[in-house]
Amino acid sequence: MSARTARRTLWNAVGVLLFVVMVFPVYWMVSTAFKPDQQVNSLTPTWFSVHPTLAHFGDAIHKPFFWVDVKNSLIVVSVTVVVSMTLAFLAAVALAKYRFTGRKLFIVLVIGVQMLPGAGLIIPLYVVLAKYHQVNVLSGVIITYLTAVLPFSVWTLRGFIIGIPKDLEEAAMVDGSTRIGAFVKILLPLVAPGLVATSVFAFISTWNEYIFARTLLNDGSKQTLTVWLSYFLGTSRHTDWGALMAASTLTAIPVVIFFLLVQRKIAFGLTAGAVRG
Amino acid sequence: MPGIAAETTARWSRRLPRTWGRLVRGSVPYLLVLPVVVVMGTVLGYPIYSLVRISLEKYGLFELIRHQGEYIGLHNFGLILHDTVFWHTLLRTVVFTIANVGLVIGLGTLLALLLVRVSTLVRILLTAGLVLVWSMPQVVAVQVWYWMTNFQNGVVNYVLTELHVGDYFQHDWYATTFSQLSLVTALIVWEGLPFVAITVYAALSQVPADLVEAAEIDGAKPWRIFFDITVPIVKPVLLILTSLSILWDFGVFTQPFLLIGQAHLHPGNYLMGVYLYEEGYLKTDFGRGAAISILMLLIVAAMSVVYVRRMVKIGDVD
Repeated sequence: MSARTARRTLWNAVGVLLFVVMVFPVYWMVSTAFKPDQQVNSLTPTWFSVHPTLAHFGDAIHKPFFWVDVKNSLIVVSVTVVVSMTLAFLAAVALAKYRFTGRKLFIVLVIGVQMLPGAGLIIPLYVVLAKYHQVNVLSGVIITYLTAVLPFSVWTLRGFIIGIPKDLEEAAMVDGSTRIGAFVKILLPLVAPGLVATSVFAFISTWNEYIFARTLLNDGSKQTLTVWLSYFLGTSRHTDWGALMAASTLTAIPVVIFFLLVQRKIAFGLTAGAVRG
Repeated sequence: MPGIAAETTARWSRRLPRTWGRLVRGSVPYLLVLPVVVVMGTVLGYPIYSLVRISLEKYGLFELIRHQGEYIGLHNFGLILHDTVFWHTLLRTVVFTIANVGLVIGLGTLLALLLVRVSTLVRILLTAGLVLVWSMPQVVAVQVWYWMTNFQNGVVNYVLTELHVGDYFQHDWYATTFSQLSLVTALIVWEGLPFVAITVYAALSQVPADLVEAAEIDGAKPWRIFFDITVPIVKPVLLILTSLSILWDFGVFTQPFLLIGQAHLHPGNYLMGVYLYEEGYLKTDFGRGAAISILMLLIVAAMSVVYVRRMVKIGDVD
């Protein structure tokens, strides 16, 4: 018994050590963002600063294009999420509730498309979008994001709809409702949590997207926040690490909050509806 | 005779609304999937069609402005297949992918096994930490990595020196290709571990406890229990995770591109995604870029067959 306790203690120690190692980069980002410059640039790291400062955050948000690019990110994200959720929901209902010829082909396409690497698509998308004057405008990026968000949304929503017991829907039909009536009264409220979770996931992947935003948006005033962050260091010889970490923290905050909210709901279904990452 | 005719008409008139109803009901699923199919067809189908066309053309900046390429047959493909940079990049990417997938799946599984063995409190702590890491955006993670490994006062050099691993004072991690790609690997593994660990842990909790207990009572050795009971249950999940990781790591772009940095990128440290970006997009040689894209997409498609077939089976069952 004592050997067992000793082993358990050992495993716990390993677990805590791994926690420290895994979380350290995140801690280091946040703590650097709050540290005064002289502690940031010192050769000996300050593990915990007793004199936190907000100066770096001020520097970061006063960098050119910060607010414009925050606005751009918000526009791109909200339009993409609203449009893709509406369209994906309809297709998910078809997959979950109907058997029809071509269903299998549709599933193959939905899953297959998610496997295409983004890098492999930048050239054709750039050329085609340039032809229709969709380069360097937000709409071009939005329609590009739809193709990335739609497949996994269809797949994940399908999972949520299947999870609804069929008896409930049938009971509503027996009560004299039509199929559409049953749908609105029974299906929609039950699927709402799934819809929220999928939207948040679409939000996160759109907010984080980099390669298409980088190639399709060239002007500083047209870019999204991730592209803004990637250009943060620019060509200056002196690196402002404090401001860079403050900017990184600001970029990460919305994602972290939303991710923590829905992670449980969606994580275990992730292998079934993989997100292109 | 007229009787039969009347009867047929009657039958028809009775049947007609029903056929209509069936037709309408039959078309519902198609109407539901139509919007998605239209969007995907236009925004993805059309570019993929032009991808094939452009790959057979001389298509540079001039042609981009004219919206008209010049047909040159398989010339682009010939150029690439005779280019040693392509073959070296492909080989480097394959080795890189094997190393990354091996590490992330191996370490992730070990982490999941650890999660089973620790006390509830430590498990909650560790899981929360993993989810936090999981939620970090790629571009943000790159900046943090860059800060931690900078040669002047990066915390990694400080810690390694303090732990007496060696003299890492002002060690430049960006000096050699191997060191650069190792940093990228460390970053990708760090970012990928939570997904693997948490998913495998979920699968491990499906292992029936009474089965393990019964085996223990029968005197089975721990490793026998692991390989005969645990592994078969976790195997399908590991298979999916491995195929996904292979596809993601093979096509990786953001991490190597931003961490190594534009100034340090050269044909000697390209990965497939970066190669494509530099050769096709940046040099505005879209024809050649398109040909590289096609080769890359074909390789990925071939690799994803296993995964897609498995997923389709899941989608078909329910």
